[in-house]
Amino acid sequence: MRPLTDEETKTMFEKLSKYIGDNIKLLVDRPDGSYCFRLHNDRVYYMSEKILKLATHISRDKLVSVGTCFGKFTKTIKFRLHITALDFLAPYAKFKVWVKSGAEQSFLYGNHVLKAGLGRITENTMQYQGVVVYSMTDVPLGFGVAAKSTLECRQVDPMSIVVFHQADVGEFIRNEDTLT
Amino acid sequence: MAACSVEALLAKAEQEEAEKLKSITVQKDLDLEFDIGNLLASDKTRIESRDFRGQKKEDFLRSLARDNTQLLVNEIWKLPSERVEEAIVTKLPDQTTPLPREKPPPKPRPPTKWEEFAKLKGIQKRKKTNLVWDENRVDKNEYNRLKNIARAQKVKLPGVGLIPTPQQSKEDLVKAVSVARTSTASAGRFQDRLPKEKPPRKTGKKRKFEPLIGNFSNEKQKQLELLKHMGSKKPQLDINRAVNKQMREENREEAAARFKKGGKKGRKSTMSGKGGKGKGGKGKGGPGKGAQGKGGPGKGGQGGKSGGKRRGKLGKH
Repeated sequence: MRPLTDEETKTMFEKLSKYIGDNIKLLVDRPDGSYCFRLHNDRVYYMSEKILKLATHISRDKLVSVGTCFGKFTKTIKFRLHITALDFLAPYAKFKVWVKSGAEQSFLYGNHVLKAGLGRITENTMQYQGVVVYSMTDVPLGFGVAAKSTLECRQVDPMSIVVFHQADVGEFIRNEDTLT
Repeated sequence: MAACSVEALLAKAEQEEAEKLKSITVQKDLDLEFDIGNLLASDKTRIESRDFRGQKKEDFLRSLARDNTQLLVNEIWKLPSERVEEAIVTKLPDQTTPLPREKPPPKPRPPTKWEEFAKLKGIQKRKKTNLVWDENRVDKNEYNRLKNIARAQKVKLPGVGLIPTPQQSKEDLVKAVSVARTSTASAGRFQDRLPKEKPPRKTGKKRKFEPLIGNFSNEKQKQLELLKHMGSKKPQLDINRAVNKQMREENREEAAARFKKGGKKGRKSTMSGKGGKGKGGKGKGGPGKGAQGKGGPGKGGQGGKSGGKRRGKLGKH
């Protein structure tokens, strides 16, 4: 386990800011405690200082996971956000997409969201903006990338993709082995 | 007397041997064909049908089998034998009988992606240079001698990779270059590179990280500053937003124009009918609606704009 270097921090923040914008500072600087990011086996974990101090007692090869895993750095040092970060992205999300109840199941199986399944979308969403996907009952389901801006969304036909799927809560069952 | 008995003994011995050999030698009309590699002996003599009657059949077959087997074994014993761990073995010669295939012949498999690519590009298979192990003691001795001298005189050698060899591979040359570059007073730090030379990949410097539990507030400060820096670097004029804004304005204008047109058309069609009242009503309705139309989306536009970040002063809304 080690802290992130400057480049790694920058890459990660850039990725996060695509979804939560400048609300990252609320993650970095929290009023209810001191939280930090640490890197272990190419994965980034977000944990409180207390947990970190406890984790130092476990050896590197035996340590599986600490706190919440936000994502991992790939071999080409790109940052990939995992579904386990949803709890921290959902409350701070800038751009949201609500999915109709019928298309909810399809999204949870890993499919993209079509225009026919789109319930609501925040105004002023840019194309390729990171969005958090909610169900109609305001339950966060996952996140993705907007395939069309809000204006375009109104004009396209119902079978075109409006949100590219990136992660959904169904992955907790599908990818049980690879999530830490 | 002794001579007589010796003669008798010899004769007896000869007789016994003959008896023994009798069982080994077999008289055959036609010689068998042998394929020792397959342990096969083929007998082409004709079989009389009278030998196959009744009880004689079994005996005939048995004796035939025994004779042929004896001949086969005799043939095997003719081969050079050797002793391997208390057993006498011989190496069988190659098979002469052609046997049919057990499985069908392999179908020509489709060319792999590389094969196709190579054919397309005309790439030929290149065999690696067949460097053989040099048994020459002289060169080895010379090299060892030099090494011993160096050790005795405490002279530092550049490294294992720089043995003088007649054929130097690419890696050897690269290593030699890197060694030459770093053998300057400042360990190669201010050494210019040749025009096409690539920068060295491994700097040899060990990566140093921050301590695991360092100063938390320091860390926080650094991260906040990084965020601030990232935020300020974002461009003021976002092209996508500008385009979308333009589109929104155009939509609004179109909508307003449609309302106006609707009003005018309405007036023309109902001129004869409800006449003045209709005109008056429509007249008021027209510009009123139009104004409202501009105000409504205008308000919405304004609200939307203030909600998001204000990205520069793009003209007048």
